[in-house]
Amino acid sequence: MQPQPPQEEVPMVVLIIVILFYTAPIWMLLGTWIIGKMAEKKHYQSIRERESAWVHIPALTGKQVPELPTAYDSQLVVGSVVVSVDHFKRWLSKFRMIFGGEMKSYASVIDRGRREAILRMKEACPDADMFLNCRLETSTVSNGKGKAVGCAEVLAYGTAVRLNKTAE
Amino acid sequence: MILTNVESIPGHTITEHYGLVQGSTIRAKHVGRDLMAGLKNIVGGELKGYTELMMEARQEATNRMIEQAQQLGANAIINVRFTTTSVTQGAAEMLAYGTAVLCQ
Repeated sequence: MQPQPPQEEVPMVVLIIVILFYTAPIWMLLGTWIIGKMAEKKHYQSIRERESAWVHIPALTGKQVPELPTAYDSQLVVGSVVVSVDHFKRWLSKFRMIFGGEMKSYASVIDRGRREAILRMKEACPDADMFLNCRLETSTVSNGKGKAVGCAEVLAYGTAVRLNKTAE
Repeated sequence: MILTNVESIPGHTITEHYGLVQGSTIRAKHVGRDLMAGLKNIVGGELKGYTELMMEARQEATNRMIEQAQQLGANAIINVRFTTTSVTQGAAEMLAYGTAVLCQ
């Protein structure tokens, strides 16, 4: 009598591999949704902490030093960040394209980028007393067509001013 | 060299204007960075490689602008502006421009 080959084992493994292979896009969506959400939460937390630490140094959009003629030093400061949306949000956006309306998932990404850029601008000159003429600019680095990576750059720049405090 | 993006230099007085100075550079990203950014693009968030690239390019443009101002004999540039344009897919132009002045 010949020994029977283990017919049950092999198809089971193959079946699992096949199922995993065909459901890969779903796993990818789930994975990027969870990772993206966690990263966003973490980033927002760090932004909030740093914003409260920097809140005493104002970033103004005006051009004049407000009633304080004792400035003695100024320099240009730049902060920039390149952000991209995750796989899950890009997939969600396809549905939004059908119905129209506000794309909240994309707005949060750009909002994070903008706040991060302003913080980086402030961190570039930590001993400044105020930032004058702050400008925000958003530009598309690449639109993500074909194989290219779709991402946008947020730039914040302004003039850091140090005031002469001993003169008062 | 003092750079500001307001019309004056707080703490200094402008004595002479030399006119517009500008500097620009066009940068393409290299394959390694593109690959890493492609992976990072799946989970989203900041693409650090690209941020570095943009900052490097902006610094280069600023340096060229400063060089031009130095040739004119200026010691400060006021009203500095930055613009970014994507020339083709994967290449970006950085332009920095301002007014070269002499200050005391």
